[in-house]
Amino acid sequence: MAGATSMHIGGDHAARFENKAATRETPLVKWTILVLALGFFAIFLLLPLVAVFVEAFRKGWETYVTALIDPDAWSAIKLTLLAAVISVPLNLVFGVAAAWCIAKFEFRGKQLLITLIDLPFSVSPVIAGLVFVLVFGAQGWFGSWLSENDIKIIFAVPGIVLATVFVTFPFVARELIPLMQAQGRDEEEAAVVLGAKGWQVFWHVTLPNIKWGLMYGVILTNARAMGEFGAVSVVSGHIRGQTNTLPLHVEILYNEYMFSAAFAVASLLALLALVTLVIKNWVEHQAARSYRETEQAS
Amino acid sequence: MSTAKSFRVLPGFKLTLGYTLGYMSLLILIPLSAVFLKTFELDWERFIEVVTAPQVVATYKLSFGASLLAAAINAVFGLLLAWALVRYSFPGKKLVDALVDLPFALPTAVAGIALTALYAKNGWIGQYLEPFGIKVAFTPVGVLVALVFIGLPFVVRTVQPILEDLDTELEEAAASLGAQRWQTFRHVILPILLPALLTGFALAFARAVGEYGSVIFIAGNLPYVSEITPLMIITRLEQYDYRGATAIASVMLIFSFILLLIINGLQAWTAKRTGRDR
Repeated sequence: MAGATSMHIGGDHAARFENKAATRETPLVKWTILVLALGFFAIFLLLPLVAVFVEAFRKGWETYVTALIDPDAWSAIKLTLLAAVISVPLNLVFGVAAAWCIAKFEFRGKQLLITLIDLPFSVSPVIAGLVFVLVFGAQGWFGSWLSENDIKIIFAVPGIVLATVFVTFPFVARELIPLMQAQGRDEEEAAVVLGAKGWQVFWHVTLPNIKWGLMYGVILTNARAMGEFGAVSVVSGHIRGQTNTLPLHVEILYNEYMFSAAFAVASLLALLALVTLVIKNWVEHQAARSYRETEQAS
Repeated sequence: MSTAKSFRVLPGFKLTLGYTLGYMSLLILIPLSAVFLKTFELDWERFIEVVTAPQVVATYKLSFGASLLAAAINAVFGLLLAWALVRYSFPGKKLVDALVDLPFALPTAVAGIALTALYAKNGWIGQYLEPFGIKVAFTPVGVLVALVFIGLPFVVRTVQPILEDLDTELEEAAASLGAQRWQTFRHVILPILLPALLTGFALAFARAVGEYGSVIFIAGNLPYVSEITPLMIITRLEQYDYRGATAIASVMLIFSFILLLIINGLQAWTAKRTGRDR
């Protein structure tokens, strides 16, 4: 599912099309398109975002702060951070390894491998949770062995981490594979011929070339890891103060009709989303700049 | 495409391929295979009985129907939005462009409760629909609204780069040959966009079918009316009916695999039609 999550290096094209009669619409058509497109954008994207913050402060600052300093909210924040701190590096290392073998070498079954890496994107988050219940749950493959040894995975923190790793699995790899394929292997081969060792090639030649793509993948991985709901919901068991992530905490508060508190916690996650978008934009900007610089140099 | 080399200059092929395959098998492939192995514990009649139970069939209809409709709505408005972002200048354009990705970044549970608040009887949007007898929250329409929300960026982000790459010459040639603007769009631009548009449509559809977090709050989850298929899996799990849950999951998985293949085909077609790698 490359297209939708891949880094997008755009730039402004409007002038190119607006300056020529042949590529311009009549003002009536233009304004109709603009009104329809931006109206749709405002109703479906902007309003929900604004609603989160308005609902969060509906009962004032005090309620807002109370919801956030609640011990259960804190333990949810900690667990959410833990899941992200584990799954981001794991999938980062995987993404680099996968992109390296796919982009720098030819082998049979490569296309199949790329398709398989995409798999977690097309699996419902609920199924992503279910698979770990089937493997580690009480009735699962390792269920009786785990309970004999007193190890809890499902309805405990390890299950949440596993589910998070599953749903964030493809992001870094998906970003790096096309990027490294486009860059080819000439620079790395030159470095090897000049006597560089494997790690030196990676650190000094490959990494500088892929750093923006890498960062982009990490941001997406992190956002999804912190925000995942369906998959962790299946494996969490919703034990307050123990196996609740932030999104699950939002659900619990909401289902208990503590709407302002639910939206207060949700506003933290919305803020995270906004920060993600800002960093993402900055990375795209940097990537576009370094792309232009290489273009000029060559 | 370069052909396979008999020798390799760069190091690390076996290490990285081995790690990739090992990590992927352990975390993704083996756990996923558990769904099918568990399903085989049911005999065929039982399996059919579980996956065609009337309540489950009602969820297929809603999940697939609403997802198709949402993807179609997104295809239309996503194209308009991509068009506006590429071809027109307007104040706040950069902000709009950045916020298109909001559904990717905003946790689904947050989207779910926000949409519910908006479309509830006394919500910002719901209160204006109420006098017309239109109910959105806690009905199948609510499911549709949530699926439109999460699917929009897929269409915009697949169509936008293709639009940006378009040369003005094509349209100028069409215009100089006497084509009206609409004819140019219909016969020159749309054929170029079509593979990307279909890809975006399929991506939005695939995402919508499996979506859970943003839907369950606004759906109301009434049996036979507004239950989606992923919720059915959760319901079965909560009843400790692991086989039932797994059987329904395997139906969804097979469908997802087929869609994944179709999407791959569409992306290859996009690449061929436009000469882009992605």
